[in-house]
Amino acid sequence: MARMKFLCDADRCIECNACVTACKNEHEVPWGINRRRVVTINDGKPGERSISMACMHCTDAPCAAVCPVNCFYTTADGVVLHSKDLCIGCGYCFYACPFGAPQYPKVGNFGSRGKMDKCTFCAGGPEADGSKEEYEKYGANRLAEGKLPLCAEMCSTKSLLAGDGEIIAQIYKERVTKRGYGSGAWGWKTAYREAIES
Amino acid sequence: MASFGKYARLVFGAVAFFLIVATSMHSSSAQQVNPTASSVKEQQLLQELNRVQGRVSIPDQRSGVLEQPAGRDWREFRNVTLRWVGGIAILGMIAVMVIFYLTRGMVRLESGRSGRSIVRFNALERFVHWMTATCFIILAVSGLNITFGRPLLLPLIGFEVFSEWSQWAKYAHNYLSFPFTIGVVLIFLMWVGGNIPNRVDIDWLKRGGGMVGHDHPPAYRFNAGQKAIYWIVVIGGTAVAVTGYQLMFPFYLSGIEGMQLAQVVHSIVAVLFVAAMLAHIYIGTIGMEGAFEAMGTGTVDLNWAKEHHSLWLEEQKARTGPNDAQPQPAAAE
Repeated sequence: MARMKFLCDADRCIECNACVTACKNEHEVPWGINRRRVVTINDGKPGERSISMACMHCTDAPCAAVCPVNCFYTTADGVVLHSKDLCIGCGYCFYACPFGAPQYPKVGNFGSRGKMDKCTFCAGGPEADGSKEEYEKYGANRLAEGKLPLCAEMCSTKSLLAGDGEIIAQIYKERVTKRGYGSGAWGWKTAYREAIES
Repeated sequence: MASFGKYARLVFGAVAFFLIVATSMHSSSAQQVNPTASSVKEQQLLQELNRVQGRVSIPDQRSGVLEQPAGRDWREFRNVTLRWVGGIAILGMIAVMVIFYLTRGMVRLESGRSGRSIVRFNALERFVHWMTATCFIILAVSGLNITFGRPLLLPLIGFEVFSEWSQWAKYAHNYLSFPFTIGVVLIFLMWVGGNIPNRVDIDWLKRGGGMVGHDHPPAYRFNAGQKAIYWIVVIGGTAVAVTGYQLMFPFYLSGIEGMQLAQVVHSIVAVLFVAAMLAHIYIGTIGMEGAFEAMGTGTVDLNWAKEHHSLWLEEQKARTGPNDAQPQPAAAE
């Protein structure tokens, strides 16, 4: 069975934000919510790097561990998903997440948190694959159609890789060997407790 | 002549082309420079600040925090430390109360009831007390549900029912925080006068507050134990209110690390608060005869006041004159 992961090759990312746009469009993500964003570190200075980041679908996911209502589950592909029917919008997963992935729509008074929304690795939610309810709550289920996440598919420089962890790690390693450098797989140590030697 | 010009241009072009190719080949052979040598490095950034932060071009500037592994420490606190602290504090307090009740029993009125009563808390005081108390109980139950509900209650009632209940509990927790906060402020203002610690308290504490044996150390309107409860409510209530609003209005006061800290303070203070209030509820109900009516009807028996708040009773008598408090002639004076 595949173990789905994201890998952003920071030496290739040009901060075009196509992944961000593709994600918002594909899933019709509501206003104020970004399941994916591109962060530029040391912007404008020598050595700046941009990294596209969303939910990393962690091994032993912290969000799932702290959820008071246990609304998270991990699919057979290692994708971390949650049920919006069970979520109470408490914000705990956001405190625990190392990558700032959980987002909350502002609903009701005082902008209190609604049901949490996050990257689904284009794998929908607990509803039937490809159903209308699933699309409304979680967006498209591309994995069920045999497709990979759209953000990575759209990436103009093929910086963002999505797929089985071993395969994308192999692709990254080959790149590093060929070009002679690589700043590492950002977030992998935190998310998967492993780094890719380069 | 035209053909010579053409020829010269061709030669010039060819020379220029070879020059460019040669230069570019030269530079590509020299490109053993490692671009990542000068680039930002994840492990280095994490070691420096324990977080990686940058700039984002989307409107949500808070998403500029790329990585904050501190969430792992918070997870450990929330799932392990807090459950131990809360469990020991609350179950420990219940155990102490059960043992105390079984050994000491209810603190009786030693001289029986006099049949005459004196006003202890007026209607406003009782209203504020019960408003705050009602809010506190609901806040405590809904808060404990967040910490202990998943391991204890969820397996019993199932995902759907537990989520539904927790959703309502969250709403109650958020909205009742407002009357609770107002109650804490009013309690502070109403009773601060009687709750400044003084020399009488030291003597009261030395004599164990009359909890053991049949001693009745003198006290003004509030004894040292009540003063302790008062300051626990004022200080603890302020702490849970401030940190609670910080969590309720994310990013108004602090970023993510501030909210983690706020949750730590909020939950630790809250479980200790619950333990303290269990003791307060015990002594106000089954722990002491004649105590509940102070907050129930607002009046207490004169003998109760004499035994537990002798100095306060004297103050009241001096202020109102003997006949106000007791319909009979002040023979006891």
